[in-house]
Amino acid sequence: MNELLAVFRRELGGYFATPLAFIFIVIFLFTMGAFTFYLGGYYESGQADLAIFFNFHPWLYLFLIPAISMRLWAEERRTGSIELLLSLPVPLWAAVLGKFLAAWVFSGLALALTFPIWLTVNYLGDPDNGVILAGYLGSFLMAGGYLAIGSCLSAVTRNQVIAFVVSVAVCFLFTVSGLPIVIDFFSGWAPQQILNTIASFSFLTHFNAITRGVIDLRDIVYFTTLIGAWLIACGIVVDMKKAG
Amino acid sequence: MIVIDGLTKHFGPFTAVDRIGFTVEKGEVLGFLGPNGAGKSTTMKMITGFLAPSAGSARVCGHDIVTDTLAAQRTIGYLPEGAPAYGDMTPRGFLRFIARVRRLSGADAEKAIDRAVEATELGGVLEQPIDTLSKGFRRRVGLAQSILHDPPVLIMDEPTDGLDPNQKFEVRKLIARMSAEKAIVISTHILEEVDAICTRALIIDRGRVVADGTPAALMARSRYHNAVSLTLSGQTTVQMAEKLKALNGIASIEIAPRGAETTFTLFPVSARESDVVLIDAVARLARDENWPVRALYGEPGRLDEVFRSLTRSDTTVTDGKKDAA
Repeated sequence: MNELLAVFRRELGGYFATPLAFIFIVIFLFTMGAFTFYLGGYYESGQADLAIFFNFHPWLYLFLIPAISMRLWAEERRTGSIELLLSLPVPLWAAVLGKFLAAWVFSGLALALTFPIWLTVNYLGDPDNGVILAGYLGSFLMAGGYLAIGSCLSAVTRNQVIAFVVSVAVCFLFTVSGLPIVIDFFSGWAPQQILNTIASFSFLTHFNAITRGVIDLRDIVYFTTLIGAWLIACGIVVDMKKAG
Repeated sequence: MIVIDGLTKHFGPFTAVDRIGFTVEKGEVLGFLGPNGAGKSTTMKMITGFLAPSAGSARVCGHDIVTDTLAAQRTIGYLPEGAPAYGDMTPRGFLRFIARVRRLSGADAEKAIDRAVEATELGGVLEQPIDTLSKGFRRRVGLAQSILHDPPVLIMDEPTDGLDPNQKFEVRKLIARMSAEKAIVISTHILEEVDAICTRALIIDRGRVVADGTPAALMARSRYHNAVSLTLSGQTTVQMAEKLKALNGIASIEIAPRGAETTFTLFPVSARESDVVLIDAVARLARDENWPVRALYGEPGRLDEVFRSLTRSDTTVTDGKKDAA
């Protein structure tokens, strides 16, 4: 536990030791706002809720989250500090989890800083704050899902660009697996059972369910299982690299 | 405290480390020698748990590095090759992180950090990001990290690489100071370092141990061991060489002119015997002949020559023995 905390604190501090945290948060907030108000036509919609705002989250995360996760392991491997980390008495799970949690808390912080939009909607109208809270929870869980995928893929390579590109691709598949772009590929020859299974992997399906304000245990379980599975995969990849 | 047995590492078809075995006791400083790619770093990576061995075992303070990894790692201080650190941190922040991982907290942690900082003379740069530090300072940050928890076992991959001569001297002093209480393994390319701080040297080549002994014993394998070196100034003549060669017990002679001086290296018939008799004979001859002597000494042997002869080819050990004879 000590070691987990030590890794977590070091990693989280690492974001703020460089301009990375500042730049990321500014760009995150700026694009969030631009998408919601201009692309999404927030004012014109005349709705006192944040559905439009949350609609953009998966697509923004698709590019911004791999930008956080790509450095998690690839950078350690490139600078050689991974040799230090893995020769310190830190259990593998503590290293994997500590890094992931630091990145998750950081993305959670960026998400929390969108609170002015929540103030705005409360000023303009009378939204259902329970639904908004559910939306934030769903968004946070989804960010964790993207991060876990990116974390694992970052452990595969020492090249951050590769880690980024591959993460975006895999995250994209997980995002859209419920949409026709993927389903059409399988429909016609794969049984309905498989189609349903593939569709059930979609971030969008589960995220949209949560943002409607219905916090179904199944959606929560989906995201936590997904995070757990990718983190275990990440640990296996790091451990396999030890074997050379 | 360190027991290595049959340690082997394959990378695909390539065997980087091939059944290496040795032990290191408390109070010993083991110098790990070998050309680039001989398997020094790979061996250290296996002992510290960064790489998993393909075969064989490594036990540190009684803990097997594969089955009891964390317990073994707690007893080790490790300076990896190139002294990697987290460049965005300051040395103080970095050492605090190491202290936390090493389960030191509060006053204990600060005391340990102060001690390590003092030993490595990092005081002036504690608040600068490690990325902005010179190579020498970065190396010392790595050293400080490795000794922070006062480990019983120290493993250092090229601890003096990239340091200037003064810093090298300081690091060697530091290692010598700690050596009585610890088992230390260092790898190095610098042969004089072995003579200066190591109680034992291990030469490895192509993943195998080709020599294991005290620096003096290794030097005794040199063909220069117990040879006599005589340096004369001014003109030298063929007759001089003839007269030297005529001395009792001389097998052969090498002549190396350098500037206004000439050095004769006299190889005795038997290198196992002390060189005192031969030195006396040469001194008497030089006095009788009135030669302008600049230097006269018995050679302890040359480590670099032993190193080259042992690591040159596959016919390693026999080569060394032939040379020494």
